[in-house]
Amino acid sequence: MAEAEKKLFLQVRNLKKSYGHVEALRGVDLDVYTGEILAVVGDNGAGKSTLIKSLAGALVPDSGKIIVEGQTYEQLNPRQALDLGISTVYQDLSLVNCRDIATNVFLGREPLKYRLFIDKKKMVQDSIALFNQLKIHIPSIHALVGRLSGGQRQGVAVARAIKFGGKLLIFDEPTAAMGIQETAATLSLIKSLGKQGYAVIIISHNLHQVFSLAQRICIIRQGLVVDTVSTADITPNQVVSMITGAAQVPS
Amino acid sequence: MKHFIEKYFSQLLLTAVLLILVIVLSCKTPYFFTWANCYNILDQTSIDIILALGMAFVISSGGIDLSIGSTMAFSGIVMAFAMKAGIPVWGSLAMGLPVGILVGACNGLLITGLNLSPLVITLGFMSIGRGMALILTKSSPIFGFPNTFKFLGSGHIGPINFPILLAAILVVISWVLLNMTKWGYYALALGGNDEAVRRAGVSVWQYRTSIYIFCGLLAAIAGMITIARLNSADPLAGWMVETDAIAAVVLGGASLNGGKGSIAGTVLACLVLGTLDNGLILLAIPSYYQKLLCGIVIILALVFTELRNRKESISVS
Repeated sequence: MAEAEKKLFLQVRNLKKSYGHVEALRGVDLDVYTGEILAVVGDNGAGKSTLIKSLAGALVPDSGKIIVEGQTYEQLNPRQALDLGISTVYQDLSLVNCRDIATNVFLGREPLKYRLFIDKKKMVQDSIALFNQLKIHIPSIHALVGRLSGGQRQGVAVARAIKFGGKLLIFDEPTAAMGIQETAATLSLIKSLGKQGYAVIIISHNLHQVFSLAQRICIIRQGLVVDTVSTADITPNQVVSMITGAAQVPS
Repeated sequence: MKHFIEKYFSQLLLTAVLLILVIVLSCKTPYFFTWANCYNILDQTSIDIILALGMAFVISSGGIDLSIGSTMAFSGIVMAFAMKAGIPVWGSLAMGLPVGILVGACNGLLITGLNLSPLVITLGFMSIGRGMALILTKSSPIFGFPNTFKFLGSGHIGPINFPILLAAILVVISWVLLNMTKWGYYALALGGNDEAVRRAGVSVWQYRTSIYIFCGLLAAIAGMITIARLNSADPLAGWMVETDAIAAVVLGGASLNGGKGSIAGTVLACLVLGTLDNGLILLAIPSYYQKLLCGIVIILALVFTELRNRKESISVS
């Protein structure tokens, strides 16, 4: 199917979050559809990471609603978010550096044998297959994550999110530390995820990337959504001026 | 091969040190390399090993437990009182061992629930446990236990005694737990990056608390063996054992920053420390020199291990 069926997967309504006196989110609304890549852009401190951490359950918002497939939540915890099918690649990657790659990929979802012992063999085999599929080159599957390069570490975090897929995949700056080849592979992967019918949210500072990937762009400024527009209806320059506050909503 | 050496550096180094100690001591004194003496070392070390196993999990998870020595004494005294009151041995154990679980649960819940420093909380329980032991006994030991109970401290099963057997079983269980179960995986992952573990949907407080409970239970078991062996429950039992346990775990290759820990390394370190202690006694070196030398060895080894960890941690933690 060239154009996967678009269905409302997740809605955010009037989401607010403050850190002390700093209001990171001041009432954000957002609609996320399956089969669509939504880019969230904004300047540093605009509230992008706070927003996606609330969706991932890593953060408890002060008020507002998160509606997932018709079910309304005041807040989510990480387990709930994962069970609802929300997988996240965090900006800080959320990896355990002192453990090996396979252990990190399966963190929290280790396969068991005899219902008690971790099936390390399966973890290693599945991880190798996964990294081949994603064209992420790693020195050895047994290497400690802390010994990897920045790009390889991002690869591990992306691989983990892909592996346990679900319905909504959130990428917070997924290619920031990657090399050219790894970036291309990751981006084409994200693109194909949208085509496969996943809902995808990507946060990026790279507008070229955003325009080549996303169908819609959500521009956030100072904790508020300036506008959510279709990529076809807007130019990168207009987006930049909306990010910086130089221009208001285009007609 | 290089990979192997790198991965098992601490364990290999400790094995080498142990071998050197054995060879040197065997040359120096004919009494060292005898079955009776080796047995003696194992017997003495069994309690240290049991305590260090619990500490290994706590340190791997990025915590510390200073309360194990007083938990040992406290739970031992509860058992002693129970037996003195005419409660059968199994009933007394069922009252004494949960004391360790209780202290561990209090440690774990306070540390995770309020996000308090494990150093301070367990230091508090170190005082509370010791205080309870002294108050309950009015500071004088309780002695004279049934034979079935004394069996737990010195009874023989084949060629070895019960404490050695129990320590061996607990070593195997701990190894399996740390290396083959979610519980061990999460202990190490918590020490590395507990926020990552939380975001992976794991209930951090449950795992962390259960680790302190495990450590507390092993301390109570060590207390049981100690009072059964001496046929006396001393409120000052287990004085400063936490330092030996911490030293053994770190010598065994763990990092005090968490995220790294080894059961084999911990056991080897206990054996090295026990052998050193034993050798100094056989060589008739006065006990204050023993303390001095042990301290120097521990500090040197800790400095060495920590420097090595730091060199690695540039990329690994």
